[in-house]
Amino acid sequence: MKMKQTAGDRIFNIVVNVVIILAGIVALYPLLFVLSASISDPNAVNRGELWLLPIGLRWDGYVEVFKNSWILKGYANSLYYTIIGTLLNVVCTVAAGYALSRKDLYGRKVWNWYIAIPMWINGGLIPTYLVVNSMKLVNTPVVLLIMGLVSSYNIIICRTYMSSLPYELQEAAKIDGCSDFQILLRIVLPVSAPIIAVLSLYYAVGHWNNYFTAMIYVNNKDWQPLQVFLREFLLLNQTVDVDSGMELEDMIRQTELARSMKYSLIVIASVPMLIAYPFVQKFFIKGVMVGSVKG
Amino acid sequence: MKTEAYRGQKKKKSFFWHMKKNWQLYVLLAPTIIYLLLFNYLPIVGVQIAFRDYTAIGGIWNSKWVGLKHFAKFFSSIQFGTLLGNTIKISVYSLLWGFPMPIILAIMLNECGSARLKKGVQMLTYAPHFISTVVLVSMLNLFLDVDTGIINKIIELFGGTASNLIGNEKAFRTIYIASGIWQGCGWSSIIYIAALAGVDSQLYEAAKIDGANRLQKVWYIDLPSILPTILTLFILDCGNILNVGYEKVYLMQNTLNQSVSEVISTYVYKLGLLGGQFSYTTAIGLFNSVVNIIVLAMVNQISKKVNEVSLF
Repeated sequence: MKMKQTAGDRIFNIVVNVVIILAGIVALYPLLFVLSASISDPNAVNRGELWLLPIGLRWDGYVEVFKNSWILKGYANSLYYTIIGTLLNVVCTVAAGYALSRKDLYGRKVWNWYIAIPMWINGGLIPTYLVVNSMKLVNTPVVLLIMGLVSSYNIIICRTYMSSLPYELQEAAKIDGCSDFQILLRIVLPVSAPIIAVLSLYYAVGHWNNYFTAMIYVNNKDWQPLQVFLREFLLLNQTVDVDSGMELEDMIRQTELARSMKYSLIVIASVPMLIAYPFVQKFFIKGVMVGSVKG
Repeated sequence: MKTEAYRGQKKKKSFFWHMKKNWQLYVLLAPTIIYLLLFNYLPIVGVQIAFRDYTAIGGIWNSKWVGLKHFAKFFSSIQFGTLLGNTIKISVYSLLWGFPMPIILAIMLNECGSARLKKGVQMLTYAPHFISTVVLVSMLNLFLDVDTGIINKIIELFGGTASNLIGNEKAFRTIYIASGIWQGCGWSSIIYIAALAGVDSQLYEAAKIDGANRLQKVWYIDLPSILPTILTLFILDCGNILNVGYEKVYLMQNTLNQSVSEVISTYVYKLGLLGGQFSYTTAIGLFNSVVNIIVLAMVNQISKKVNEVSLF
């Protein structure tokens, strides 16, 4: 199918390729830099000698991160919130999405509105906080699992996907005496892998990266997710314990360590999501496309 | 006549008949209905404290009514102009710079001849989306550090002088917007790539026969084809004009850049949750939402008239 290209088209081609290669580099470079810096000699990084490849392999930063019991605790908490939370999210979203995809659902129109309205209107921070507080959920780990249990947008994506499935099969199953639960489990779910993968990814990223919910609703350090500890270490600089009796040399070493620890911490905190996403990547376009279809 | 009467009867099935038939679907829907009721609709009812003087004893329902007192206080406060200005500037500039980027990226990727290169770049540009706000802001702090940050090293390399960019109020918006584009551009381009994939290939062939060059193809086929998608997303973004994501702004704030980085949402958080002024900040939040809805409705209306694309 290749046709002869004009000079203009050839230039166009070159420009396109150069720009998208640049886009790829710009996206990747900061991530690679952090990775390199995390295993480099902190002095070299501070002097600005590091450009891309690590200088003088050092693992101190990682060792230090794994020695910190709060970070390990936060990591475990975040894994818990992400796994259990995402499970709850996906189950509720798929259930609601399926129910709404059924044209014979009584009051379908009303419920569609009921679910769409929260996308535009909500009570805002303070009233929501007061309501959550009145339900005695503040400062419990439950709030971190429950907040954002379903997102209207995700329910709509799921509903759209499921309404696009052939309905005849479901009708036939119904005539054969299948209950609605059975239809969902045996007929709809087996062909819904793409949407479930996309929803899981959306929700999991949300849980793993969320710090605001924890900051607002949870004070107890034992229940804090990783992101809250990250904020303390990375942004509020609570890594360096400078004792008054400390030698100057030790203090300098501590500060250096704190810096390389920051890079290691960033790597460790970001790895789970960055590893997960290539596996789900093939479903992205499909999932987003479904979401973009109106109705 | 008889059949009509029969039909009329059939239409008026009782509520219980429907419930009996649909109960399993309602079981599936129940968690969602309950969740939204408790965590979305109940707080909306709670917005009434914007018109009351909230006290812990009175709660949402029994605190004293004070009418528009809190709104009047906000509109006449010295922070009002600054907050509104900061919020609008951050969000309008983000929209102006950030909105076209994913479209350009998507068109470029669509025009790329090599499927392998396209896939690879897509994969790379999505990656930053998965990084948390805390990590992103930490990276900014590390990269922009006055002594050791790589950005300052690069500036020095080109003959400039290193400066404390994190604490520089003039640099705040640029950093906020540029990092936002870095993080979101690839991810936002997916929807346009999907839309471009749906363009009828016959159009391209017809254009080819007519002797259109590649640029003309982009201009006369690609752009018009994804225009409805572009407009829909634009309307949606306009509806969030005052919703500057406070997670990132809050994390990027420091005492030096406060004069440009304090936005409505961070102010509400600090004064409301940390300062305990529940009614006053709820009023501010309500003002924020009302402006958003008005802007959304207006842009929607304009788009409906001009391009016949609208959300509702």
